[in-house]
Amino acid sequence: MIVEKKDEILHDHNNDGIDRRGFLKCMAWVGTGAFCVIKGGVLKSYSLSRLSEIGAAEAMGELSFVQISDSHMGFNKPANPDVTGTLKAAVDKINALPKQPEFLLHTGDISHLSKPEEFDNVDQILKGASAKEIFFVPGEHDVLNDDGKSYLERYGKNAKGSGWYSFDKNGVHFIGLVNVMNLKPGGLGTLGHEQLEWMEKDVKHLKSSTPIVVFAHVPLWAVYPQWGWGTDDSAQALAYLKKFGSVTVLNGHIHQTMQKIEGNVTFHTATSTAFPQPQPGKAESPGPMKVPAEQLRSLLGITDVNYVQGQHALAVVDSTLE
Amino acid sequence: MMSKGVLLAGLSTVLALALYLAAPVHSGAQAQQTPATGTEVKIDNFSFGPAELKVSAGTTVTWTNRDDIPHTVVSSDKVFKSKALDTDEKFSYTFSKAGTYSYFCGIHPKMTGKVVVQ
Repeated sequence: MIVEKKDEILHDHNNDGIDRRGFLKCMAWVGTGAFCVIKGGVLKSYSLSRLSEIGAAEAMGELSFVQISDSHMGFNKPANPDVTGTLKAAVDKINALPKQPEFLLHTGDISHLSKPEEFDNVDQILKGASAKEIFFVPGEHDVLNDDGKSYLERYGKNAKGSGWYSFDKNGVHFIGLVNVMNLKPGGLGTLGHEQLEWMEKDVKHLKSSTPIVVFAHVPLWAVYPQWGWGTDDSAQALAYLKKFGSVTVLNGHIHQTMQKIEGNVTFHTATSTAFPQPQPGKAESPGPMKVPAEQLRSLLGITDVNYVQGQHALAVVDSTLE
Repeated sequence: MMSKGVLLAGLSTVLALALYLAAPVHSGAQAQQTPATGTEVKIDNFSFGPAELKVSAGTTVTWTNRDDIPHTVVSSDKVFKSKALDTDEKFSYTFSKAGTYSYFCGIHPKMTGKVVVQ
């Protein structure tokens, strides 16, 4: 047993770039959801891991909502034997916000194994949230054995195709996309021709000043294709959004917070409410990351998004379950 | 890449726990020049091992998922398809005809493998 002082950096035994400092940095990446406020046409996102930093001023805007992701209800392995408890903690965080969000977005992997009781459990817990309206897109874990039929019956009544749809809230156009169906050998997430065609038509008649929020499970940018963290035909989808001044893309899947700004588009991935995953390439595989129990909740979270008109910037402050 | 031994050493440092992976490191099947023989394919760390398996016609091949995450075994040509395999669940298929059968995980399609039936 090697005993080291708390703040010392451990040697990089594995020569993989992860030492104590790297590990802490990695921890800082993960949170449980995002509180999003749209003010003056621009979306601002706060992680619920920093709930105390979200004051009344930050929460002001035309519209606010919360993104949660990757609940993996049914998962019971050592990385987090209590995904029910951590999802409940996420709901408590939401309810503790200074301003209640108008709705929730769940960016997929609601369940771990697509079982009806797993969906039931999540639905029941989310009923405890102050926001009553919830919008979902499926993750690959939600469409495991029936090509998404049971997911669609439950969450996709007003959706097209395998579950995509759009809606408007306070002048903001939201587009929910499905990129976890009909996956090809060796490939990444896929939107498919039919969905892309629908999306092109969906945004065609919108004014270029309309703020756009796109949400889907698998990242719509190449986070780490070696682990399947990207979407093969996302460039086509993003091409349809070139004319818009403010585009925000919200994803889940990778169980950690990441951001990228590219021209008019801001990409953001949310943390999981269930278990963390390693940083790209920093482990043998993207499987669940085991951390000491007392640290788990600092690695899970929710994200608040604030929409702020007049500023073309997305600020993300991620919030953990501690 | 990390070896199992190094991983376990890292474990003892406690702070490197984040890197701990339950399953043993996969056998490096991708690097193999000749297809392995046998009837078992293990799924570890998001990969099939051996990635290429050589069997004779009539052989039943069994896949076992040893990851904490579910995987599927889906033939690229729609010859066979498992349901989602949770941890330690198995799927078997009997190859009656000669040929090369490529397959992948329908959930994590970066995971691919091959069974060559002679």
